[in-house]
Amino acid sequence: MIRRLLSVLHARNLEFLRDRSTLLFTLLLPVMLVIGLSFVFGGPERPLFKVGVLSARLDREAHPFLHERYVDFVALPQEAVALRKLTHQQVDLLVDLHAPVRYWVNTDSPKGYIVEKLLLADVPGAARQPVQGAALRYIDWLFPGILGMNMMFSCLFGVGYVVLRYRKSGFLKRLHATPLSAFEFLSAQVLSRLTLILVVTAILYGGIAAIIGFHNAGSVLLLVLLAVLGALSMIALGLTIAARFSSEELVGGLLNLLTWPMMVLSGIWFSLEGAPRWVQWAAHVFPLTHVLDGARAVMLDGAGLAQIAPNLLYLAVTALAFLAFGAWSFRWRIE
Amino acid sequence: MSAAILEVRELVKQYPATTAVAGVSFSVPEGSCFGLLGPNGAGKTTTIEIMEGILPPTTGEVRYRGEPLGQRFREEAGILFQKTALQDFLTVRQCLALFRGLYARGLEVEEVIRVCALDKLAARDTRKLSGGQQQRLLLAIALVNDPAVLFLDEPTTGLDPQARRNFWELVQSIKARRKTIILTTHYMEEAEVLCDEIAIMDRGRIIAQGAPQRLLHQHFAEVLLELPRQEFPAAARALPLNIIEASDKVEISTHDVEATLRTLLAAQVPLTHLRIRPANLEDLFLELTGTELRP
Repeated sequence: MIRRLLSVLHARNLEFLRDRSTLLFTLLLPVMLVIGLSFVFGGPERPLFKVGVLSARLDREAHPFLHERYVDFVALPQEAVALRKLTHQQVDLLVDLHAPVRYWVNTDSPKGYIVEKLLLADVPGAARQPVQGAALRYIDWLFPGILGMNMMFSCLFGVGYVVLRYRKSGFLKRLHATPLSAFEFLSAQVLSRLTLILVVTAILYGGIAAIIGFHNAGSVLLLVLLAVLGALSMIALGLTIAARFSSEELVGGLLNLLTWPMMVLSGIWFSLEGAPRWVQWAAHVFPLTHVLDGARAVMLDGAGLAQIAPNLLYLAVTALAFLAFGAWSFRWRIE
Repeated sequence: MSAAILEVRELVKQYPATTAVAGVSFSVPEGSCFGLLGPNGAGKTTTIEIMEGILPPTTGEVRYRGEPLGQRFREEAGILFQKTALQDFLTVRQCLALFRGLYARGLEVEEVIRVCALDKLAARDTRKLSGGQQQRLLLAIALVNDPAVLFLDEPTTGLDPQARRNFWELVQSIKARRKTIILTTHYMEEAEVLCDEIAIMDRGRIIAQGAPQRLLHQHFAEVLLELPRQEFPAAARALPLNIIEASDKVEISTHDVEATLRTLLAAQVPLTHLRIRPANLEDLFLELTGTELRP
């Protein structure tokens, strides 16, 4: 069994490496995106203050300070999360408007200094608690998103279209005439793509770190674990789409149906913090959301295994579920 | 006669709109070459794919060495499909190594390359092979596990005459090694050259079965007189002769050539383009089905 699996694995790796256009595209696209976006978003910030309010929801009638103009108020129910955002200057000030009113200000933040004056004009006796921390660059926040997006496309389209092409060309039918089992074939495809994604992601991580540099406060090993489980989950998702169908249009449509919502809702480009709660909940259906939440928690906040365990568990469970469904519904030939 | 290596029992394959195989039974002796003949749509590819274990039958069964098809059959069968694409970006040698890796036992890759005369092509990308070379590679893949039984589904369709004859020589060398071969074809000459026994299929059933020469002797004690159709007058169709009409010719089956010629001359049928020949398998098919072979 191992020998058969290795034979298919080796042949698949050769096929990928010799398809230079795909290889080049896989490596170049993310680098160009990161460099391009770092220029686009590297300019001056909009003159807008962002204030976190310790509350489950925002009621503008609850306090006069919430009527201030040019201030974006964001409800943050968890104090620990809110303080982390303040430390990274993702909000300029944090207030608890329940009496007695208290606030936290990042003393390293110029915008925090100004918006503090606004608050004290409205609430002169508010209790001050200073924190410190450098601002997070957008590229630091974006970088896990770019790696995750590259991983998503490679997993879904790389595996989905390859299996579809094999089925349409009759290559799968030919393999079916050998002692190779569906499980062995699918395992070889998963392992081949997983190896490839890990190598490409490692090259991109190292390359972009050397070119631009980025912030990583956590463990690289945890990131590797996250990448392995995330890639497995998305490869298996690609296999479930390609397991049975023979129409390129249908498979292409289904893959687009998966990738576009993930592109928008998984938090590659922007945070869903201000989005309606149901949108945030729906986003957590996608494996990519868990990859990015976990990666940002590790890289930006130095989260450990315990903090990202729910993300890892979700990815592991979905990987197994998608693989089982893919193997069950797999068809060698066009029916 | 050797014991049967494959037994096909009452095979039926039904699809929603059609019955592709309608109750087919035969057995294949070990070491023989068995041919399934018939036009497209006759059911021969469906039959051979059920025999290969690729398609499940609706009813009936196929037994290999007395047992239902299983892992042993997959290890010991070599298959050349009518159409097969290979994995891109692999050379001939790498492609053979891939398939060799899927079997527990078999020939060394270099030996298969030598047997199938692929030495000069071993390092070539499989996408750059000609039709004949591609078929030789597909045959090599089918031989990589040193199979006891080899399935060849229309192996020479689309090949030029020279490539076809080269392929026949290759199959004959495999026959000489006592391999059992199951062959489907609609080239009658191919069946006459390669097969020890044939079954002619039409509309999902076997309509004749036996050794090619025996079948010809059974059905044709006569010779055939062949005339161009456009030179055969309509009135002559009423003559008391055994006339078989094809699309471009008229054939008259007879064992008294002189008497037949006299009848034709009396009816003023032009004989300038007359051809006299013994019957072949194509004639047998025409005789049995009343239609021409449909390639």
